[in-house]
Amino acid sequence: MTSRTWERPSGTEIVYERPRSLTDVVTHYCPGCTHGIAHRLVAEVIDELDIRERAVGIASVGCSVLAYKYFDVDMLQAAHGRAPAVATGVKRVRPETVVFTYQGDGDLAAIGTAEIVHAAMRGENLTVIFINNAIFGMTGGQMAPTTLVGQETTTSPGGRRPQRAGYPIRICEMISVLDGAAYVARQALSSPQSIARAKKAIRKAFEAQLEERGLGLVELLSSCSVNWKMSPGDALRWIETHMVPVYPLGVFKDWTEAGAEAASSPVRPAAGGSDGAERRGEAAG
Amino acid sequence: MKRERVLMKGNEALAEAAVRAGCRYFFGYPITPQNEIPEYMSRRLPEVGGQFVQAESEVAAINMLYGAGGAGARAMTSSSSPGISLKQEGISYMAAAEVPGLIVNMTRGGPGLGGIQPAQSDYHQATRGGGHGDYRTIVFGPATVQEMVDLVGKAFDLADRYRTPVVIVGDGMLGQIMEPVVLPDPVDPDRLPPKPWATTGARGRRPNLINSLHLAAAECEELNRRLEAKYSEIRANEQMAEIVHPGADYFVVAYGTTARICREAVGQAREEGLSVGLLRPITLWPFPTKAFEEALETAKGFLTVEMSLGQMVDDVRLSVGGRAPVRFYGRTGGVVPSAEEVLGEIRRMVEEGDEGR
Repeated sequence: MTSRTWERPSGTEIVYERPRSLTDVVTHYCPGCTHGIAHRLVAEVIDELDIRERAVGIASVGCSVLAYKYFDVDMLQAAHGRAPAVATGVKRVRPETVVFTYQGDGDLAAIGTAEIVHAAMRGENLTVIFINNAIFGMTGGQMAPTTLVGQETTTSPGGRRPQRAGYPIRICEMISVLDGAAYVARQALSSPQSIARAKKAIRKAFEAQLEERGLGLVELLSSCSVNWKMSPGDALRWIETHMVPVYPLGVFKDWTEAGAEAASSPVRPAAGGSDGAERRGEAAG
Repeated sequence: MKRERVLMKGNEALAEAAVRAGCRYFFGYPITPQNEIPEYMSRRLPEVGGQFVQAESEVAAINMLYGAGGAGARAMTSSSSPGISLKQEGISYMAAAEVPGLIVNMTRGGPGLGGIQPAQSDYHQATRGGGHGDYRTIVFGPATVQEMVDLVGKAFDLADRYRTPVVIVGDGMLGQIMEPVVLPDPVDPDRLPPKPWATTGARGRRPNLINSLHLAAAECEELNRRLEAKYSEIRANEQMAEIVHPGADYFVVAYGTTARICREAVGQAREEGLSVGLLRPITLWPFPTKAFEEALETAKGFLTVEMSLGQMVDDVRLSVGGRAPVRFYGRTGGVVPSAEEVLGEIRRMVEEGDEGR
């Protein structure tokens, strides 16, 4: 890591710079990949909340396995899918730290489904950044549980066929019905407007932890232009035209909205499907 | 603090010893015959400001231990054979990332779901690392509740000193038996040596990293060489064994519950005038090769007895190195050998001498 300094010309001000919580290195991500945007948003939120020196990040397995090189905070690298369990261990020992996991869809939505569901079930005060790009990126473009019906991957030649390979898994919808989840939202990294909304959601997912409200999870619809075999621009458009209809954007659970209701009854009733649908409707509207 | 003898079940005594060793975090999942450990911890840890987490699986529990150990705490998990198989992923990561922690295996009969009776058939898994990759864990095989209690504190100390996972291998009998024990004085976890490498939030320092990924082959080999240097140091310094009746002509080799039975059989054999001793490994890894050197000064033969169809006997053969015959007798699947069976094997060894090789 090299540090560079410039003499800033008088009369100018810095309007854009590397967040303090990112290291000054070139990442290994492919051209057109949205991991860089997601990293930056997380780092900006850590800076703005002034929690860099309290933050502990859990890197997962997949393209973001090297996240520990990019976040300038204490980091642990976890086994495939186990980041929420590792995060639980850290947070229980050090409740004063701010613990976040950064996991892809191969990691969180396949091998790590038990760990994420039960971290939410226990209401762990953790922040989960979930990158959904509908594919296993690092291993070379295999089908993920999030792969769209008909989407071609190296293990779904001719496209994902539901009869044999099932249907896309909607994590936010699953997690939001668990009483231990405080904040659950899905946003897309496909346009400046949606990126701004994504940042807001990430901030809220950290605030849920800071207020000890339970699990905060943000799913970020992301592109993988190399494995999708598209140009970066087409890949961003594909998020909006193909992924968003399957993975609707919005806030699925927000403790600040459900707060009054939850506070009045210590034992919350089991959230049914209709409850989740209502919330989704509210968020979309 | 007055040290009084109390009557305790093995599993509960082990749990209390862990608390007294400064362990404040337990992550586990129910499985027989070790359930008294999580049950005890679920009431005891909150009393001392600790936390008990019942995990969704053994896999999650060991990864919670990785996180807790990584954050600098004395922490543990316990299970029995099928659950220990599931924990191997996390143990491999802990060994590679050099995260300390205690794993207890109250072994039961296997393979597969096996049974719930005492067994020693996880010896290979415990002493060869167990998970993927080139690593070892320190493994203790206590024979009494008192010894198990005494080894808990040592296990945590060695885990911290060498930054490595440590395993205590008991069995269904050791976990369930009630024996009088003297518990150790409590250790204040805040007064333990600091762990500047732990991930606690990078306040006023450069960030710490706990990691086992080394994509460059040379870097990965370097990690393995560093681990091996540590294991060599452990082999040289941490071997533990008991030799009963040193100078005997023949030795029975057994650990854990089996060693208790063999001790009785050896006593009976000596009453019959046979020159037999007992070599009892306490560390299963590092295997106590030095004790074998001592025994070999007089030994004309060894009889290894295990609750398995022959696992530790491999290490006995390696340690003896062809300098004396090594016999084997084992029961498995949860069947506990009797002292009479062992005595019969001792008589045969002495009668047949070299022919049993």
